[in-house]
Amino acid sequence: MSIQRRRFIAVIGTGALAGVAGCSQQSGNGDGSDGSDGSGEMDGSSSSDDGSDQPDVAGETLTLTTTTSTYDTGLLDAIHPDFEEMYGVSVDAVAQGTGAALETARNGDSDIVMVHARGLEDEFMRNGYGVNRRDLMFNDFVIVGPTDDPAGIEGMGSATEALTAIADAEAAFVSRGDNSGTHTKELNLWEAAGTDPGGDWYQEIGGGMGEALNNANQQGAYTLSDRGTFISQRSEIDLTILVQGPIGDGPEILANPYGVMAVNPGVHDNANYDLAMAYIGWITSPGVQEMISEYESNGEQLFFPEAVSENPDFQQYVPDGWSSDE
Amino acid sequence: MPLEPAVDLLPALLDSPFREGYVSSIVYVSLYVSVIAVSLSTLVSVPVAIVMGFVDFRGKQFVKSVINTGMGFPSVVVGLLVLFAVSNQGPLGSLELIFTKEAMIMSQFVLATPPITAISLAAVTGVEGNVRDAARVLGGTRLDVALVVIKEARYGIATAVLAGFGRAISEVGSVLIVGGNITSSDGISKTRTLTTAVQLEARQGRYETAMVLGAVLVAIVLLVNAVVVRLGDTGGMGR
Repeated sequence: MSIQRRRFIAVIGTGALAGVAGCSQQSGNGDGSDGSDGSGEMDGSSSSDDGSDQPDVAGETLTLTTTTSTYDTGLLDAIHPDFEEMYGVSVDAVAQGTGAALETARNGDSDIVMVHARGLEDEFMRNGYGVNRRDLMFNDFVIVGPTDDPAGIEGMGSATEALTAIADAEAAFVSRGDNSGTHTKELNLWEAAGTDPGGDWYQEIGGGMGEALNNANQQGAYTLSDRGTFISQRSEIDLTILVQGPIGDGPEILANPYGVMAVNPGVHDNANYDLAMAYIGWITSPGVQEMISEYESNGEQLFFPEAVSENPDFQQYVPDGWSSDE
Repeated sequence: MPLEPAVDLLPALLDSPFREGYVSSIVYVSLYVSVIAVSLSTLVSVPVAIVMGFVDFRGKQFVKSVINTGMGFPSVVVGLLVLFAVSNQGPLGSLELIFTKEAMIMSQFVLATPPITAISLAAVTGVEGNVRDAARVLGGTRLDVALVVIKEARYGIATAVLAGFGRAISEVGSVLIVGGNITSSDGISKTRTLTTAVQLEARQGRYETAMVLGAVLVAIVLLVNAVVVRLGDTGGMGR
């Protein structure tokens, strides 16, 4: 019996040791050197001590909450290595819908947001959570649908007329239904069209853009998509662009501008404000804006930079229509 | 190329769509999080199950039903609760655990503990009374008796641990919420697990690659089951 007990205790002890080892390795990684090399726990302390030629921010992590449309197109993975190398940091990009991305930042769980719904961004700024907003880049929304086009919207010059036609024909329409930037745009379009969508033909799926495109593809439905996600997924689906956005000479109402802003350190003092501002400076610089315009998927440009301009639009820094008289 | 056996099953499929090191890093994160969470759960659950199996106390049925309810707790809800706890605004906010593996371990610990406790308890309760009596008559202390019971119930406890592991490694709701599904820009997973990777692929309509990752997940669960059953056969815990 006593032998058995000893062995049992040995097993427990080994387990505990393994657990502690796992934890300490983990905290080593958390301290930071995992961006530079994966080899772990020993380097964690030494590299932060003797990192003489590294900037002080080296090893820090910038948490960026963003939208599925910027993440899923692969843009961020393509440009972030440049920033990470420049500052010796790592960027944790968390892809959520615009609404969720802003909510995460509102709770102080991210340092910077990159989203595409100006109305929600303005509210975020007015409530004091976001500062130093910059226009970043744009692409556009397109209305896609099956090639047989049951509602007959192909080539329409007006997005609202197209939606009205879809509603009148009660043709199947897939809505994101997830409080994302695209969903917000879609609701604004319905409102502008003076139609309150509802009924069996209108389906809120509560999912990402890729899911919405797949869903629409499978049931031959219409949907509103950002051009980037549609292009990167086009080879997998049979949907086609029926109403173009401004990039394809369509109506301006389908423009899809992305903005970037730092979380206000006055509200969340744990926000990594320095690094967030470094990121904003980096991503709005001419060189990186060039990288964004050169990023392609399936041979097509996905995003059009708009941060660099001889005549800056001052409205980009403040909520839309803001004036100091308020 | 040095790849795991499970990965060897699908060489052509895995080479093309993913960047180098991507799959092995998400496999590592999945195993790291689930194994630690299930180990911690086991350290808590088995003693609780033994105590509950031996001791009668008022409200025992109530505690049992709470544990049984915990088995059906939706993982998204657990994810939200852990999110509230570790968020900057929450009670553990100062520890900065949001979007880390530690937060994922916390949520999987919460998810895995109820099934491990409940199934272990059933196994411990199933050990016949005369086995305990014999151990006691032979002069065993309470710990000795407990060890005998563990030995007798080891298949049941192994099943419990496997059930907990299965729940932990296959759940997607909570790790997505508290972990954030993050990879670094060079494609090495930080908090992306097999399940959240499957979800990401499916979100983008890449169902084939999603299926490949799903197959890797199933292969891992199979492998772990085989190893644990093997350990059980050769004596495992308290030979």
